[in-house]
Amino acid sequence: MKEKRVAERLFNGLIKENPTFVLMLGMCPTLAVTTSAMNGLGMGLTTTVVLALSNLIISLLRKFIPNRVRIPAFIVIVASFVTMVQLLLEAYLPALNTALGVYIPLIVVNCIILGRAESFAYHNPPLPSLFDGIGMGLGFSVALTLIGAVRELLGVGEVFGYRVMPQGYTPINIFVLAPGAFFVLAALVAIQNFIKKKAAAKGKDVSKVGSGCSEDCTNCGEKGCSKRFYDADAPGKNPVINEAVAIKTVEPEKTAEAEKTAEAEKTAEAEITAEAESTAEAKKTAEADNTAVVESEAAPIEEEIKEDDKNE
Amino acid sequence: MADNTNQTTYKVSSNPHVRSKATTGGIMLMVIIALMPATGFGIYNFGLRAVFVICVCVASAVLSEFLFNLILKRKQSIFDLSAVVTGLLLALNLPVSIPLWMAGLGSFFAIVVVKMLFGGIGQNFMNPALGARCFLVISFPAAMTNFVTDAYTGATPLAALKAGENINIFDMIIGRTGGTIGETSLVAIIIGACFLILMGVIDLIIPGCYIVTFVLFLGIFGQRGFDPAFITAHLAGGGLMLGAFFMATDYVTRPMTKWGQVIYGVFLGIMTGVFRVFGPSAEGVSYSIILGNLLVPLIEKFTRPIPFGFKRSELKKLKGGK
Repeated sequence: MKEKRVAERLFNGLIKENPTFVLMLGMCPTLAVTTSAMNGLGMGLTTTVVLALSNLIISLLRKFIPNRVRIPAFIVIVASFVTMVQLLLEAYLPALNTALGVYIPLIVVNCIILGRAESFAYHNPPLPSLFDGIGMGLGFSVALTLIGAVRELLGVGEVFGYRVMPQGYTPINIFVLAPGAFFVLAALVAIQNFIKKKAAAKGKDVSKVGSGCSEDCTNCGEKGCSKRFYDADAPGKNPVINEAVAIKTVEPEKTAEAEKTAEAEKTAEAEITAEAESTAEAKKTAEADNTAVVESEAAPIEEEIKEDDKNE
Repeated sequence: MADNTNQTTYKVSSNPHVRSKATTGGIMLMVIIALMPATGFGIYNFGLRAVFVICVCVASAVLSEFLFNLILKRKQSIFDLSAVVTGLLLALNLPVSIPLWMAGLGSFFAIVVVKMLFGGIGQNFMNPALGARCFLVISFPAAMTNFVTDAYTGATPLAALKAGENINIFDMIIGRTGGTIGETSLVAIIIGACFLILMGVIDLIIPGCYIVTFVLFLGIFGQRGFDPAFITAHLAGGGLMLGAFFMATDYVTRPMTKWGQVIYGVFLGIMTGVFRVFGPSAEGVSYSIILGNLLVPLIEKFTRPIPFGFKRSELKKLKGGK
């Protein structure tokens, strides 16, 4: 069971919830330092080390860190590791250190690291947390290396410093500049989505478990998760969708109905009611917009507006 | 609502209720015709190679759109001629000495990345031809600023002007100077623009505001005052006229509201002035139009007209929703 979880964490970080291509986290280093494959790999591995170790320590300390000050506590832990890693880089890989520049200290506020600490390591035992960090870090490294390699190939004609394109190739400068990062990232995400779509068409399960799933649905804030209330021990994946999710997914017309019943019963959760109300209101406003041009119907709209005002 | 006496039925349908006979293809055809004088003069000025550049650009643009639609199984859209216009405009914005594969790549970028990936005609957020020109300028700065040809050696008149050299104004107005294929001749561009204005395809709001603002900016900050020779040289040189009449007025990427168009034109004039007077390079029309394109949604938001029968205060209430 434990080994299976470890493997699952690694797979999750690398493919299912790849931080760059799926979660879209850590975009700042992704776009800024991937001018070459080597820089991408260096940035990725540095982050991996920090991520794995900080996840481990945070997980070990999770019972001692008070809930209120958890974010400062995370930052202290992450910052300590970043300082160590930076000193090591300065000592042994000065070239990489210069190339990455300010983005190494910025790992402290990297949202992948804080995100994993907050959503996974803080709620889970040390071993899965460590491997979650390694998996996520490797996913990040692979993504950055890929982006870096494509940009280097098109922008300089080399990969990892080795000439790949023929000598006559005129490098397209824009790919090593900032806009190139956006082009390449978008293209890679599109390819990845395309593959996923194909896999889904073949009947494979490509749905991602909500980010940082700790298989504890009662304490989970992730409302859009399709696996909400699935039995962690059961091998079959049969999500028992609870009512809150059901109301969220029905069509807008039905949401208005839901609002009425909710108002009548006055027992529904405040959040859902608020949401339903806002949709109903949006609908009214949209209707008002459509009919606004017709002069004769202007009077009922005004009434509606007044009604709205009263409701508020 | 049916009339009792003769059983007439009325159809209730959603808007729009009034349709114009103008089609995209028709408007694009007129733009192509309007670009012919500039194209013709470019070919006369720069020789046979200009023909090759233009052909490669147009062919690559149309082919890119055709293949994109084919591969993604979309409805074929090349017959609205917009790809031809994009290719032609891009070609007119390239120096004649550019390697042909770069011209082709630029057209591919204009159509696929700037236009089709954002949803095709009507959805692109910036002018495809200018997007591609900036892509090429950033990617291949040397090839894109190499204006040395058999006919002309040396700097473009704008660059010479910036360096403080004397230039021949008459040559600039006629177009017997170096530069990109379509931008050199003021006369040819004005002829095309007049055709478009007479046919009702474009109006003078954007080009007028653009040019007037630019002239004022130049007079105040250009350090030569309102010296007519200096101002004429700036108006005739570079891509200002081509940009003002053919690219700033692009239906898709300009604001729809009248006051929005005024703001847009003024903004373009100021930005072009800033780029030309204070910037390191001699030219800045393409960048200012692209910047303007990016601001269009914002401009439209602030100049949204009030629906008939509404007061501004009521509208605010409606928008806020609360």
